Amino acid sequence: MTDMPVGERKQLAPPVDDSGPFGWTRKHLFSSWGNGITTLVLIVAVAWILSWFLEWAVFTANFTASTGSECRGGGACWALIREKARLIFFGTFPFEQQWRPFFAVIIMLAMLITTSDRRMWRPWRLLAIWSIGSFFTFLLMFGQLHIPLSLFLVVALVIGGVGMFFRKAIAQAGEMNTYRALAAIGLVGLVLLVLGILPNWKLPIAPFSYVETGLWGGIPVTLILATYGLLFAFPYGILLALGRRSNLPLIKGLCVGFIELIRGVPLISLLIMASVMLPLFLPTGVTFDKFLRAQVAIILFAGAYIAEIIRGGLQSLPKGQFEAADAMGLNYVQKTTLIILPQALRVVIPPLINTFIGFFKDTSLVLIIGIFDFLNTANQALVDPAWAGYPGEVYLFAAFVYFCFCYSMSRYSKYLEVELNKGTRR
Amino acid sequence: MAVEALSSAPRVKVAPWNDPVIRGWVFQVVVVGLVGLLAWYLVSNTITNLERQKIASGFHYLDREAGFEIGDTMIAYSPASTYARAILVGLLNTLKVSVLGVIMATFLGTAIGVGKLSNNWLLAKICEWYVEAFRNVPLLLWLFLFYKLISEAFPGPRQAIGAFWNTVYLSNRGLYFPVPVADPIYKWMGVALLVGIAGAWALHRWAKKRQELTGQPFPSISAGFGVALGLPIIVWLLGGAPHHMSWPELKGFNFDGGTVIQPEFTALLLGLVLYTSAFVAEIVRSGILALHKGQSEAAMALGLSRGQVMRLVLLPQALRVIVPPMTSQYLNITKNSSLAIAIGYPDLVASINVTINQTGQAIENVLIIMAAYLSISLSISAFMNWYNKRIALRER
Repeated sequence: MTDMPVGERKQLAPPVDDSGPFGWTRKHLFSSWGNGITTLVLIVAVAWILSWFLEWAVFTANFTASTGSECRGGGACWALIREKARLIFFGTFPFEQQWRPFFAVIIMLAMLITTSDRRMWRPWRLLAIWSIGSFFTFLLMFGQLHIPLSLFLVVALVIGGVGMFFRKAIAQAGEMNTYRALAAIGLVGLVLLVLGILPNWKLPIAPFSYVETGLWGGIPVTLILATYGLLFAFPYGILLALGRRSNLPLIKGLCVGFIELIRGVPLISLLIMASVMLPLFLPTGVTFDKFLRAQVAIILFAGAYIAEIIRGGLQSLPKGQFEAADAMGLNYVQKTTLIILPQALRVVIPPLINTFIGFFKDTSLVLIIGIFDFLNTANQALVDPAWAGYPGEVYLFAAFVYFCFCYSMSRYSKYLEVELNKGTRR
Repeated sequence: MAVEALSSAPRVKVAPWNDPVIRGWVFQVVVVGLVGLLAWYLVSNTITNLERQKIASGFHYLDREAGFEIGDTMIAYSPASTYARAILVGLLNTLKVSVLGVIMATFLGTAIGVGKLSNNWLLAKICEWYVEAFRNVPLLLWLFLFYKLISEAFPGPRQAIGAFWNTVYLSNRGLYFPVPVADPIYKWMGVALLVGIAGAWALHRWAKKRQELTGQPFPSISAGFGVALGLPIIVWLLGGAPHHMSWPELKGFNFDGGTVIQPEFTALLLGLVLYTSAFVAEIVRSGILALHKGQSEAAMALGLSRGQVMRLVLLPQALRVIVPPMTSQYLNITKNSSLAIAIGYPDLVASINVTINQTGQAIENVLIIMAAYLSISLSISAFMNWYNKRIALRER
């Protein structure tokens, strides 16, 4: 071009203006003939579906009917949702006591929201939030908690033991003495308890009437199964992942076998196993709450999936990190807890949240063994013959509630992915 | 790693309780011993419980008469058949819905994933909201919704909607349509189809080799289709072209003749396909986005057509990213097909559940479920790993 005489240079048209609403429309909707036709067809289709949906869901909908027959002939019967909202949200929990599951849900949401704040990601803060929050959640749900002395002793022993083991080289003398004292109290107390010298005293906290798990239902059940399922599966998934990466052949074999077995079968088969086989596994006379059995099945199931995610995080660490830790003379536990896990876990937080979304949805499967989770209580709202014939409304409403939970979590996971990579992004 | 490095160097003498190898073995023996103790405890409890509750054990019950109806069967089955037969019917139903689900979800998901990348803003947004809507709501809820809509929104058999000059009927009992009356020639047509597919594959290999040697192209795709479809048609014509059809007819309260796609099956397949395609779409999209723009630009600069760019350059590279997560989606479809039990489609878990309730032999039945799903999962993984290895980057 440059060696052509000025007069013979071809004048190109100026580029099409794609600024402003008109330019934007041209660029994104009508850039070519095919594109324009696609846009027009889609606009017609969307307008047709939307007008039909709005007609049904808003303009001809009935919000105030008092029985199902009053809704006949019109659009959506949202009056059904209004009538059955408390059944859908709280199931068969005693009606006049339903403020309790309401506040339990508020507490659980508060725990989840505060945990999602990165300033709270300190072991002691998380421990405080979750132990206090869980205590009040279960106090509200059960109404009465009888905490046995043995639980206090076990907690003291575990805190003392863990502290002594992990903080050996780091802690001040005062802190170490506290751990030693706690461990000693726990150990001596437990031995005395087993020998029968200490009575098995229970701390009764009974402000409300007792409500058994069979009456629980709705949103709190879904939240408890998903949250505590993942909470307990997390440490156990870490152990499985470490076992799978271990040099010790027997440990590795055990972990690989377990993980692949669980991941190869559907959750339903584990739930059926928990509901029909677990009672056979236990000694004669020992019974297990159905809710707890489902929770155990979910924990076992989630553990295997979490292990695979954490394995991904462990594999993403460069070999130098392991070698440097070895060169520093750290033993396996120190190397793992001080060097490896803090880095590996950081990488896997976004996929872990996606797993949580998956389990939040998958808890709906517990309805197959007869537990009243949110989807099951929505089903119960359809049983009433006075309101028969409006399944679409109930399921759409339930879908909307699930969507709100899962969508906000997936946005949070996307945000974290960006936020946590700020250090390494260019 | 550290242990390997140490073992190649001359070993330093340490006390046995400080030797990492000995410590490792002691630790392993202790852990395995504890797991073994737990297993022994559970097994011994189970044996006592079984004896106390007088529950039989062993797989003898499989030969007994099942006595329950199954709505949708691919092989001959009646309540007089054995439990083994009932479980086999369930397994075949699971396989049927999984295979169809995998194929349909792959196509739909790919279309949605490509649509999300479209430069048409409206199309991209619609695909995006499709993905968000389907993957943020439990599959079970979609299954209930579709099932209730099909069984409540469509009329009963007497008011069935007839379509295509009343040869196809749509009602809340399912979709009835005509099928050819059984004829021995159809079996031979099936054989001819298999032979035709093998022939088409051989033709394709030959055409590829010839093109590599001589550079002459051969329309192996259209010729292949011709061979694969032509052979069965020739067999059909040779067999006297039987064309008797069985038409669906309203008799009493239900249809007779023809065949039916049941609402449970439709709802299950629809739910599985729509739900999984949302995940497939995300996988396909990220696979395409993972490719550098230079790849398509370089291919176009070489003078390849748009189709060739896609088929020869982009797809083989994108597949490397797509195949591993796609494998786990295929496994998910298979495992999620077990939700059939909730809407009453007789899959493997549903058959086994009835068997558990009738025989009380939970352990054997749960073992059968686990063995069946494990073998399906392992075969899918094995196949996909083989495929992944085939398309993987060959590093020299």
